[in-house]
Amino acid sequence: MEAALGTEGGKFGKYGGKFIPETLVPAINELESAYTAFKDDPVFLKDLDYYLTKFAGRPTPLYYAKNLTEYAGGSRILLKREDLLHGGAHKTNNTIGQALLAKRMGKRRIIAETGAGQHGVGTAIACAALKLQCEIYMGSRDMVRQKSNVFRMRLLGAKVHEVNTGSKTLKDAINEALRDWISNVQDTYYLIGSVVGPHPYPTMVRDFQCVIGNEIRSQIHDYSPRSPDFIVACVGGGSNAMGSFYPFITDKATSLVGVEAGGKGLNSRQHCASLLAGSEGILHGMQTYILQDKYGQVSHTHSISAGLDYPGVGPEHAYLKDIDRVKYVDCTDELAVDAFVRLCKLEGIIPALESSHAVAYAMKLAKKGQKNQDIVVTLSGRGDKDLGIVSRYLQREREHK
Amino acid sequence: MPTSELENNRICCKFRQLVLENRPALICYVVAGYPTLKYTEEIVSTIVESGADIVEIGIPFSDPIADGPTIQQASTVALKNGTTPQKCLELVGAVREKFPRLPLLIMTYSNIVFRSGLEEFLRTSRLKGVDGFILPDLELTESYSYVNAASKLNMATVFLASPNTDASRLKKIMEVCSGFLYVVSVYGTTGSRAEYEDYTFQSIRRIKEITEGKIPIAVGFGISRPDQVTSLVNSGADAVIIGSAIIDRIAARHPNDKYKLVNLRAFVEQLREACLQTPISSENL
Repeated sequence: MEAALGTEGGKFGKYGGKFIPETLVPAINELESAYTAFKDDPVFLKDLDYYLTKFAGRPTPLYYAKNLTEYAGGSRILLKREDLLHGGAHKTNNTIGQALLAKRMGKRRIIAETGAGQHGVGTAIACAALKLQCEIYMGSRDMVRQKSNVFRMRLLGAKVHEVNTGSKTLKDAINEALRDWISNVQDTYYLIGSVVGPHPYPTMVRDFQCVIGNEIRSQIHDYSPRSPDFIVACVGGGSNAMGSFYPFITDKATSLVGVEAGGKGLNSRQHCASLLAGSEGILHGMQTYILQDKYGQVSHTHSISAGLDYPGVGPEHAYLKDIDRVKYVDCTDELAVDAFVRLCKLEGIIPALESSHAVAYAMKLAKKGQKNQDIVVTLSGRGDKDLGIVSRYLQREREHK
Repeated sequence: MPTSELENNRICCKFRQLVLENRPALICYVVAGYPTLKYTEEIVSTIVESGADIVEIGIPFSDPIADGPTIQQASTVALKNGTTPQKCLELVGAVREKFPRLPLLIMTYSNIVFRSGLEEFLRTSRLKGVDGFILPDLELTESYSYVNAASKLNMATVFLASPNTDASRLKKIMEVCSGFLYVVSVYGTTGSRAEYEDYTFQSIRRIKEITEGKIPIAVGFGISRPDQVTSLVNSGADAVIIGSAIIDRIAARHPNDKYKLVNLRAFVEQLREACLQTPISSENL
C-alpha cells in the first residue's frame, strides 16, 4: 500500500522530500534508520501500546452524537473522541511514539514547536513520563492567545521559549526549533508535532496517528456493518486527518473530507487554507502547498484557532488532493465558533476550535445527506484552552448587534 | 556530471589566481535590500574597494532557517522595504557593470529560486552577471535538476559541508559542487562567535584531507576577527566568508551613514590584511 501511495524516498508524488541544511542531514538519516528499525520491533510496539492504553487512555470512544444528528436532521454523526485522550488532544499519540523512539536513540534532550500549545503539552507529558528534558518553542502571539497551555507546559516541567520573529505563530516556532536543532544536533531530538517537515517526519507522524483510523475501522461495527460513508477531520499541518484517513485510503466506500481554516473567508487573505488557496513551494524541509506571494515569500496567515494557523500542510495531503482521493473544503472562523457553541449545548462536549471546523462541515454534510449514511468526525481535541477566545469572540459579536 | 573546475567562470579563475599568489580569498556576504537596495550597492562597492575577492549577494527570504538573528533581522528589514528577487538581480547587474571581473554569487533559499521557475531564474541571473549560487536548504538528493541547469550555463553550484558530514557523503557532494566548497565552521546558524572550539579546526583539517585540494574550501559562519581568519586558514581554509559581522557594522546605531561605511572599510581592510599575511597550505598546489 505504501508503494501505491508513492512514499518511496519520502516522496508523495512530487511532494515531501528533504530540503534541509547540511548539518541536519546526518541527524535526519539517523532518525530514518532508527524509525525503520523500531517501527516493527515487537518490544518497541509493546512499549508504545502500554503507554497508549495505560497512560494515555486509548482506545478513545466512537460516540453517536444523537442530539447533533437530530439537530442537523439528516445523516448520522459519530464523534471520534480524541478530546478524551490524555493531554486533551490526539497529539499524545505522536508524542509518546516519538519520545519512546528518542529514548531508544539515546537522545535525552527533546525540543518541539507548538501552535495552540496542544503539541507542546503532549510533548511535555511524554517527556515527564519518560524522564526526558523538554524545551518548547512557541510564538509570542500564540502564547498570549493560548495562555493556559503555556502554564500547563511549565507545570509539566517544560521550558517554554518565546518566539518573536515573523508572524510570531507556529511557522516561526518551527523555524526556531529547526535552528535549535542545527545548533544542538548531537544530543537533541526534534519532536515535530504534525505530518510536516523533512522525510521521515510526515510518514512517521502519520504512522503514529493511524491508531485513530484503525480504531474507527473496528468501532464503526458497534453501529453499522459497513464502513462509514464519510470521515471528516480538520487540517492545519494535518496529522489528525492523516491518522483518520490513512487506514481508509484504499476503501473506496468511504469519502474523506479535510477541512481547512477559512479564517475570514478565502477572498480575505486572512485564512490558512494552504491546499485550497496555496501553490507549490518549499517550506520547513518539504515540498508542498504553501501560502506565499508571487516571489516565494511565505504569507502571514490567520485563523481563530492557533493550531490551524500555519501557511503549509503535510505533503501527503498535497498528494491526496492532486489525485482527488480526499476532498478539501474550508470553514470560516464564524462557522467554527457556531459549531463550537452548538456542540457544547447539544452534546455536553466542549470541542477545540480546531476540531470545531470539522464539526461545522459535518453538520452541513449531515443536513444534505441520507438518513442511512454515517459521518465520522474526528474530534481532535477538547476546547478548554479556547474558552477565553470564544468568550471574547461572542462578546464582540453581541456588541456588533 | 559537472566538474568542480569551470572554465571562464570568475570564481574558479579567482581561486586559480590566488593559488599563484599563495593567499586565501576573502569572501563577503551582504543582504540585498538591507538597509535599502541603494545602500546595499554602496556597501558592495566599499567592500570590494577595501579588498574583498568574492561577493555573495543574499536574496532575503521570509523563513531563513539556517540564519541567526543578525541575518534574520536584516532579511526582515529588506523584505519590509519591498525587496524582491527581481530587484536583487537588478542590483547584481549594477554591481557587475561597476566591477566587470568581480566573482559574484547569489545566496538564497530554494523556494525563492523554484518559485520563479528554476531555469528561468538561473538564466536571468546569468544575464545579470551572476557566477554561482549557494542554496543552503537544497540537500544533495534534491539538487540534480538545479546542478544540471546551472552547469549548462557554466555557473558554479556551491554546496555546504558540516562538521558532521562524513567522508562518503562529502565525496558525493564533491561530485555536484563547483566553484568552492562552503565549510560550515560550527554546529549552528550564521552569526558571530567569540571563540571557536577545537572541533572546528579538526573538521577543517579532516575536510581538507578528504577533498585533497580538488576544490577550494571556504570556511564560514561566525567569523568576525582577523585572528580567527589566521587560525582558520592555518587549519586549511582556502577562503573565509564574512557575513553577519559585516551586517553588524551596518546595523550599528550611528546617525551618519558615511561613518558606517568608513568603519566597514576599516574592518574589511583588517580582514584583508590577515588574508595577505597568511599563506594557504602547500597541499593546495
